[in-house]
Amino acid sequence: MIEKICSLNDAVRNLVRDGDGVVIGASLETAIPFAATYEIIRQGKKNLEMIAPISDASTDMLIGAGCVGAVTGAWVGNVSGGLGHNYRRAAEKQIPHALDINDYSNFTIGMALFAGAYGLPYAPVRSILGSDIINSNPAFKMATNPFSTETEPVVLVPPVKPDVAILGVQRADAAGNNHYWGSSGLAQEAALAADRVIIVADEIVEPEVISSDPSRVLVPGFRVAAVCHVPAGTHPAPLTGRWQRDSAFFNDYHARSRDVDGYMAWLDEWVFAVEGAPGYAEKLGERLSALKIAGSWNAAPANYAAE
Amino acid sequence: MADYSTQELMIIAAAREIRDGELVFVGMRLPITAYGVARLTHAPNAVGMFEGGVVRDAPAEETLYTMCDPANQRNAAWTTGLIQVMGHLQAGRVDTGFIGGAEIDKWGNINTSYIGGHEDVQVKLPGSGGAADIAAMSRRLIAIMNHEKRRLVERVSYITSPGYIDGEGGRAKAGIAAGGPAAVITDKAVLRPHGPANELHLSSVHPGHTADEVIENTGWELKTAPGMTETPAPGEAEMTALHQVDRQGFWR
Repeated sequence: MIEKICSLNDAVRNLVRDGDGVVIGASLETAIPFAATYEIIRQGKKNLEMIAPISDASTDMLIGAGCVGAVTGAWVGNVSGGLGHNYRRAAEKQIPHALDINDYSNFTIGMALFAGAYGLPYAPVRSILGSDIINSNPAFKMATNPFSTETEPVVLVPPVKPDVAILGVQRADAAGNNHYWGSSGLAQEAALAADRVIIVADEIVEPEVISSDPSRVLVPGFRVAAVCHVPAGTHPAPLTGRWQRDSAFFNDYHARSRDVDGYMAWLDEWVFAVEGAPGYAEKLGERLSALKIAGSWNAAPANYAAE
Repeated sequence: MADYSTQELMIIAAAREIRDGELVFVGMRLPITAYGVARLTHAPNAVGMFEGGVVRDAPAEETLYTMCDPANQRNAAWTTGLIQVMGHLQAGRVDTGFIGGAEIDKWGNINTSYIGGHEDVQVKLPGSGGAADIAAMSRRLIAIMNHEKRRLVERVSYITSPGYIDGEGGRAKAGIAAGGPAAVITDKAVLRPHGPANELHLSSVHPGHTADEVIENTGWELKTAPGMTETPAPGEAEMTALHQVDRQGFWR
């Protein structure tokens, strides 16, 4: 077995490079490894291309911290608050600097990652016909369905292949094999399209736990570059069966990021002044305990016996 | 004054758009509750889809802040990926889709991307999310908006989510002949497309508001549809269902 466990600090230092295309969570509002968002900000990564359908407020935080050169995705904001103040400042006033915005819809960024994952030269789609997304993002090409007897327009979506995909899961083993359950958005497509996958696991388990239920594997260990054990590493995003969403945290971020000074104070308090992910969890203290899902609602066992 | 809030009236108006047995693309916030009300009243067999990858045949048992909350995953009919659920849209299987918006025009086109257009950005809005896909591919689109002159405009500066584009034949020219907005539910009224051009007309006015007030707060010359009525006030069964879904009174 190849051991892939390392600290999140090391994983970000060694596997995320300035200018990379990066996915941090691809499941819209759940399982976003915010611990990685914070670590990227601490390490001062620059000119990243953030790729996601929706990653709640993670992209907005990175934009404000000056880490982002381009956004390739469907939505940047704050699901609780609506608008992303840092995204607005960057797009409208080039604060902290200008941003390239590559517009997609959720389904088209999904098909772009699908094409990237499975080596398709492009994916033909219909779901953004009639939208100005076709006009504002020059990546898309118009074509006519060659299989149709009538003139039928289709949009050709080129593959998107992230350099790094960082994904939150409930549990993983030391080789990077992992279990994820609940809605997964585009996490699997993002992982399989990416050059390097970093798994942020709420819990590290023995390999037998993962191999006992291979249908629950999000991405197998042979495609994983690093596994980081970060309990509650998705906070303030939820993680099915493990952590509730901290909606008050998103609201507080929304209110404080309204102006640059407020955002900088928020960043100092929650990112720079804490000692990595353990320091962040310590600062949350009782608040984190209250978010922990204590109940049990276990799936029925699945029998894989072969004889 | 009847005992319901404006938002509760909007939720119930939205719930009435869902028919029994339909596949409904639910979206966020207010429509989540609308699906729950429809499911508990006139549409017990409606199935709800959430773009993050959740399918439900019964509403969640707790208040949801997002579609991906743990309470929406527990006892779901299916938790899967985005392509699996949004693929149902592109395959033409979704009956009713809900979206919100910052700006809508008289053809039902919705902008959630760039106020001022993408080359002269005045306000950067979050973007499509799944809205463009839902608007293009649902058989019937229901939009939910606040009724303000600056939001209901003659022509949106960027079409994130297509309505009837430029009127008669607009969708067919774009290659999406089917579907289009069936209703726009605001805090003052319900608008519906009327006539061959599918221009949005005033269809019903919510109790406590007047047609003149609605027209005054619309950024185009809003015409009234034949047979315009008052939006029926929520009934007792609808309110009971709403209170069952919105246990914490978030929308009260």
